[in-house]
Amino acid sequence: MEAFTEKFGIGQPVRRKEDQRLLIGGGVYTDDINIEGQVHLAFLRAPYAHARINHIDTTAAAQAPGVLAVFTGRDLEKDGVGRVESNINLKQLDGTPIFKTQRLALPTDKVRFAGEPVAMVVAETAFQAADAVELIIFDADQLPAVVTARAAGAQGAAVLHDELPDNCALHWQNDTPDAYDAVAAKAHKIVSIALTNNRVVPVPMEPKCCIAEMNPGTGRLTIYAPFQGGRRVQGAVADLLFDGERDKVRHVSDNTGGGFGTRSKIYPEIIAVCYAAKSLGRTVKWLGDRSETFVSDLHGRDQVNSAQLAFDADGKILGYRLETLVNIGAWVTENGARLAIDGGGRIVGGAYDIPVLYYSCRNMMTNTVSTDTYRGAGRPEANYIVERLMEKAAHELGIDPQELRRRNFIKTFPYTTQMGMKVDCGDFAACMDMALANSDWAGFGPRAARSQAGGKLRGIGLASFLEGAGGRPEETMRVQIQEDGSVNIICGTFSHGQGHGTVYSQIVSEKMGVPFTAIDLIQGDTDTAPAGASGTYGSRSSQMGGVAIIRACDIIIEKGKVIASHLLQADTAEVTFEAGTFSARGGSVTMAEVAKAAHDTRRLPDGLQPGLDETYHYTRDGGRDDQSFPNGCHICEVEVDPETGAVEMLAYSAADDCGTVLNPLIVHGQVHGGVAQGIGQALCEHTVYDEETGQLLTGSFMDYGMPRAHHLSHMAAEFNPIPSTNNELGVKGAGEAGCCGAPPAFVNAVLDALSSLGVKHLDMPLTPNNIWRAIHQAKAEGETH
Amino acid sequence: MYEFNYHRPKTLDEASRTTKEAEDGQVLAGGMTMIPSMKLRLASPSDLVDLADIDGLKGITIGPDTVTIGAMTRHHDVHTSPDVQKAIPALAALAGGIGDPSVRHRGTIGGSVANSDPAADYPAAVLGLDATVETNTRKIAADDFFTGLFETALESGEIITAVHFKIPDAAAYMKFPQPASGFAMVGAFVAKFGGEFRLAVTGAKDCVFRMTEMEQALAANFSADAVAEITIAEDDLLADIHCGADYRAHLVTVMAKRAVALAAG
Ligand SMILES: Cc1cc2nc3c(=O)[nH]c(=O)nc-3n(C[C@H](O)[C@H](O)[C@H](O)COP(=O)(O)OP(=O)(O)OC[C@H]3O[C@@H](n4cnc5c(N)ncnc54)[C@H](O)[C@@H]3O)c2cc1C
Repeated sequence: MEAFTEKFGIGQPVRRKEDQRLLIGGGVYTDDINIEGQVHLAFLRAPYAHARINHIDTTAAAQAPGVLAVFTGRDLEKDGVGRVESNINLKQLDGTPIFKTQRLALPTDKVRFAGEPVAMVVAETAFQAADAVELIIFDADQLPAVVTARAAGAQGAAVLHDELPDNCALHWQNDTPDAYDAVAAKAHKIVSIALTNNRVVPVPMEPKCCIAEMNPGTGRLTIYAPFQGGRRVQGAVADLLFDGERDKVRHVSDNTGGGFGTRSKIYPEIIAVCYAAKSLGRTVKWLGDRSETFVSDLHGRDQVNSAQLAFDADGKILGYRLETLVNIGAWVTENGARLAIDGGGRIVGGAYDIPVLYYSCRNMMTNTVSTDTYRGAGRPEANYIVERLMEKAAHELGIDPQELRRRNFIKTFPYTTQMGMKVDCGDFAACMDMALANSDWAGFGPRAARSQAGGKLRGIGLASFLEGAGGRPEETMRVQIQEDGSVNIICGTFSHGQGHGTVYSQIVSEKMGVPFTAIDLIQGDTDTAPAGASGTYGSRSSQMGGVAIIRACDIIIEKGKVIASHLLQADTAEVTFEAGTFSARGGSVTMAEVAKAAHDTRRLPDGLQPGLDETYHYTRDGGRDDQSFPNGCHICEVEVDPETGAVEMLAYSAADDCGTVLNPLIVHGQVHGGVAQGIGQALCEHTVYDEETGQLLTGSFMDYGMPRAHHLSHMAAEFNPIPSTNNELGVKGAGEAGCCGAPPAFVNAVLDALSSLGVKHLDMPLTPNNIWRAIHQAKAEGETH
Repeated sequence: MYEFNYHRPKTLDEASRTTKEAEDGQVLAGGMTMIPSMKLRLASPSDLVDLADIDGLKGITIGPDTVTIGAMTRHHDVHTSPDVQKAIPALAALAGGIGDPSVRHRGTIGGSVANSDPAADYPAAVLGLDATVETNTRKIAADDFFTGLFETALESGEIITAVHFKIPDAAAYMKFPQPASGFAMVGAFVAKFGGEFRLAVTGAKDCVFRMTEMEQALAANFSADAVAEITIAEDDLLADIHCGADYRAHLVTVMAKRAVALAAG
């Protein structure tokens, strides 16, 4: 028994059991599914960023070959389709609630971003549907468009929603600025920075798509679509189309090709496809192409920050002032307007002790697709600001950057942040020391000299960060031991790359001594997901789902003891359980034997229900505030070609504290993936809308710079695990840390490389064009001085 | 994609005739440009004439003074050909820097040259190596071939059969990739033929062009220094979100200088 727990238990580098199937093309993604009798849908998307709709003439399209129906927002309105409203409940300082939009899947009054769906055609074939879309006459009066948060707040800016003349959906403040102003007035030094956090497109490999299968017999709708947990889409579609009757809606996804936050949201396209299926009583398939996915998937980041740190004479932080403008796009979505507040705000001061905080956040509406959760969801932005600021402060204060960080790290735990979060544990200096050693920071000098000899500038940069993970404090898991001793873990969390099948199996294997290979994960179906299950987002699945599994296992073991006592003719209290075996009075039975007996009513003790099948709804004791706080220190080394502005990443060392490491192979993968996404944002990813027309200029891989393997160096990831005290597994969440650490570490490294040229400021992405311009400008300034 | 007729002729004549007679006929080579444009509904040929089954369009022949590459030869085959690597290493290296492995296994030299994408790599080699583009009807000198943005001297139904490259004494290609697409933001190809030089630049204007001032300077002094101070006017250079005209102008000089340094090695 012990043998397999040793190899497959918690903490072992078990290879992912998912991989073989996925690597040989055995995954089933939405477009792999074709249902007898299905028909196809295509959308007409707004050609303008901002326009008042006069009339949508569908006559010609309706008569085109193969067309079954053409729908516009008017049809949805007529049929009483519900409108999507955000459930954000944040308020302005004076108590006024956030402005919310009521979004119909296809708008009837105005279009508010280029690419917004405005009509749809259902036809026998996908080509017929696409052809008919071109016959729709979209008559609208173009309005001026506004695409940046700053421009949206300017006098005379185009107004997105008539009820919101200043385009500011929510001006949230934690407090008045008085307390900060008071400490600033007696500060030894105030260091300020202005930053842009560039907008990124999440780009999951699988484009947005959906099949809605209507069973006219039962009146039940089954949705096949990539999603990070079907309960949400089930609930939304039920609310909007089925008077809230959840039983009428089922969501299924076998495999989802990438989530990153953008696949956890309710999209108007999904509602529209479901509506079409329901109206026609048919199975309707829609496969969005990459261009549609670019213009209509929710984007990430897009902030403008102005920040200040006030220091005393010892370099100790007295207060932090942060003013942020967030570009939340055309609609107030599920999380967009709270990302910088509930998302990033929870760790707004990063790894540092911030005695006084003034934080103001204006959420601005623009003629762009909305921004919402994207890997890290507010935390990368928050850490980026404070790490850029600390680096700058060190130079202005004349204190070594590492020393300045050490002086200000949070050192006593639990630590309650200015936003009320209770950081339970961590050792930020230890993480930094680990990263410094792994990166051979001390040996940087000779390496820089070698680069210089080759005409290149070498730089090294560091970033400490604090993350907050596992927001929603409840999750349900069902663990079922079958008659043959094999185990099913039945859940509503959803593995779309995380390797839950492997990690959950490790937990069960360790806990119950069941062979790893005998454990299966059943997920991706709202019909099997237990009640109260939620989904996978915010680095929560191990810490919420994992704990729920442990608790369900505990109940099974207790029941197993009762059965074992019966089999061993002992008292239940005498039975012990270890490594898969129940023992008492010198005898023993295995879990498999107990499972067999559990399914045989003749061998059960009186009064016991057959089966070993338990569902546990876990609610974290401390609720939302007692989440976990992953943290770490990342160091990046780069080389810049000063003649062209090209940056090459040379080395990367990550020291992460993500609590107990359940599977180091998988967590390394999470760190690598997160770092790659962070480097992507810092190096090349950039979403550009034309400021005049509002058109997306980076709507394909030809213009949107995805990071590629050759952009990245080797990434060394090490762990400094300090188990979380807020869950019994001790895990902290590992999915989003990489993209918190990478952008500031990378940018700080490039700034270090360019310091000899007098470059003092850079904004992401650090494309050759931007770097060359910064060098050019520094030279010009150097000459005039 | 719209509906279209697909043809797979066995002979050049048939291919040319089918293309010409169709309402809007286009030939198909590797499809790496054609198919994505059709999928985006940017190109909508009524008829697509696939060159895949026509004999004699594929392969590499090395002559005493020339390297001849059949129009349907894939970038991968040029890149990995020991003969090309020996005769014109710069050409093999250029082919190896196009796109990614799957693009290089499908894309062809004929398709790339016919397309005259302003940011494509091959046109720089064709112009820099004073190549001759052979079609089913004639031979066209490189200097006359590229006429503008996605424009060439090819006439309707005219099909490239091969490209003949002159073997230089020395040559090199330097490419600065556009960060998103990997195409050339600026690429410079330099070649030395006895006392004469050719220096072709791609990525910077509507189509590939020669930097004659640099060529003359190199004739006097074959070194990077000779071109290091020669700049190009920004006025008719491309400018986009990845690269302003001023930065492009700067890159033209830097890439030319580096290509020369490599060729002079
Ligand atoms: C992801 C990606 C990255 C790329 N990166 C680069 C890069 O870095 N550098 C670069 O240079 N290119 C790049 N390309 C383009 C690639 O090199 C293509 O192969 C090339 O542009 C077209 O060649 P093809 O054989 O695929 O032609 P096709 O797409 O089949 O045809 C292209 C055009 O040429 C015409 N045509 C084709 N063959 C002939 C012929 N024999 N005679 C007359 N007309 C003909 C066709 O009618 C069509 O109009 C990239 C492409 C992709 C998809």
